[in-house]
Amino acid sequence: MTDSVNRGLSEPAAPTRRRLGIPVGEAPGDAPRKRRRFSVLTRRDKLVLGLMVGIPTAIHVFFIWLPTIASGILSFTSWNGIGLDRIKFIGLKNYTDLFSGVYPPFWPAIQHNLIWLAVFLLIATPIGIFLAVLLDKEIRGTRVYQSAIYLPVVLSLAIVGFIWQLIYSPDQGLINSLLGTAGTPQAIDWFGNRNVNLWAILVAASWRHIGYIMVLYLAGLKSVDPGLREAASIDGASERQTFFRVVFPVLRPINVVVLVITVIESLRAFDLVYITNRGLNGLEILSVLVTNNIIGEASRIGFGSALAMVLLVISVGPIIYYLTRSLKDDAA
Amino acid sequence: MTASAASPTHGSVNHPRKRRSRGRYVLHAFLIVTSVVWLAPVLWAAYTALRPYADTGGAARGYVSIGGSYGFQNFFDAWTRVDMPKFFLNTMIVVLPAVVLTLLLASMVAFAVSRYSWRFNLLLLMLFTAGNLLPQQVVITPLYRMYLALPIPKLVSDNGLLYDQYIGIIVVHVAFQLGFSTFVLSNYMKTLPKELNEAAVVDGAGVFRTFWEVILPLCRPPLAALATLQFTWIYNDFFWALILMVTGDKRPITSALSGLKGQFFTDNNLVAAGAIIVALPTLIVFFVLQKQFIRGLTLGSTKG
Repeated sequence: MTDSVNRGLSEPAAPTRRRLGIPVGEAPGDAPRKRRRFSVLTRRDKLVLGLMVGIPTAIHVFFIWLPTIASGILSFTSWNGIGLDRIKFIGLKNYTDLFSGVYPPFWPAIQHNLIWLAVFLLIATPIGIFLAVLLDKEIRGTRVYQSAIYLPVVLSLAIVGFIWQLIYSPDQGLINSLLGTAGTPQAIDWFGNRNVNLWAILVAASWRHIGYIMVLYLAGLKSVDPGLREAASIDGASERQTFFRVVFPVLRPINVVVLVITVIESLRAFDLVYITNRGLNGLEILSVLVTNNIIGEASRIGFGSALAMVLLVISVGPIIYYLTRSLKDDAA
Repeated sequence: MTASAASPTHGSVNHPRKRRSRGRYVLHAFLIVTSVVWLAPVLWAAYTALRPYADTGGAARGYVSIGGSYGFQNFFDAWTRVDMPKFFLNTMIVVLPAVVLTLLLASMVAFAVSRYSWRFNLLLLMLFTAGNLLPQQVVITPLYRMYLALPIPKLVSDNGLLYDQYIGIIVVHVAFQLGFSTFVLSNYMKTLPKELNEAAVVDGAGVFRTFWEVILPLCRPPLAALATLQFTWIYNDFFWALILMVTGDKRPITSALSGLKGQFFTDNNLVAAGAIIVALPTLIVFFVLQKQFIRGLTLGSTKG
């Protein structure tokens, strides 16, 4: 029932507007009417609205943005976390320590994060998009294929780590068993050997990421006006041309989402690495280094915050890009 | 929503039926191979979990083999060895309130932002969306110190702090997840006719009643989708509890798995069984609520 309500109320409007080239957010004529309605509100209504917005905003700002700002400030200090009066401002020292290599895991972590990003961006995401394009065709059993490919998306990254351990383990793993090296000195410890473990982790991470991208992109493809494809095929365009010249450009909003998700996910990579070996020995990444600096015996708050700021600065670009692209409609 | 909006028209189009046969076989073959490869890790875990270590490890048959005995003993062992019921309970104590609170608070903000015009609408949405995209590690260092420093009523926290408390984990989940849910819900609410508010005003309903009795009931589709998605995400969380919860016994189920990994020797059959048990709730979501899950994901990424 709710489905029919939903369809009846909302759905005819959006596609028609989109086809007409009107931003889906608001019709231009709505603005003055809304302003008039706002003045109808009583004082009590305004108070209620204020609380409805104020409470959630306060929670969000207090627990997310306040710590973000605090991270920024603390990154210029040296502090072991005990006693606020022990906070000492040391200027840029944390940053110069980071960049000059006084802290050895830093540059490897940057390198590993970049490799992670490159693999997601150049291999995993395109594979996800490719699978979505294949599955968008009207073929029998497409649901079954879709389900198989996106099953890993519902698993936690911690579980993904454990499942792949069964494949990679040197004594009991599938690969070493198949190679006949299981339990022998020749066995390759896929998660332990620093020459291969980043790539082994990336296979596991991509396994999940590809499914995620496939689901998102498939939804985007379904929203493409079929008339466009028809027109392209009447004009004699091949399937490949139709995709690259017609469908892909039309899907710009979803391309933005996919791009941003890819970048953010590769910066957020944490669970899988932490489960595997706590980010040591070939698996250093920024998020784990931040964590290692605040828990454990040597609590270096200022230094950990500087690492967090590096992570923030890298993620700010894609976040702003996403905001300006996706909220532009609302501003119109 | 976009998917369901477009599919009726999409289905009615007749794609050209030429060039079908051979291309189709290749396509199917490719997709079947891909699907099998994709399922292989999970199937391998399930197969390993069904076999006793005595049949597979050490000098026995090895893992790549058939034969020996099959059964659910590993599942029972994993279940009792790390006291899984307790950890499942811990997870539920966090997940259920967190999902309900996230959806309630997010729908309130979404309502205000999408149904009334404020000067700060866009700014608010940006704030929430950006907050949701931040890597968790950016906030964790000060948050950790805040959790250790802030006094909290003993009523909800037995040590008077947010640190090492369910309430602390719930709050940080809510704060973080608000962004995505608000974004999705406000996009949805914008599509509801403006006249609904006017009719409610004519009927003498205040703002809150308009929200609670008129708008919210119409938002059941996105709420169901978001509930499914948030359940999965919060259930799967590993990071917050790892840092903000120090008592091992209070940690959620995702961290309990490490208890199955021995220090010197790991029984992979047992680990496989444990991993499957822990994955089970999300796998059930996957099989039963697949549509909701996908809709939730795509609601956030496609507008309208």
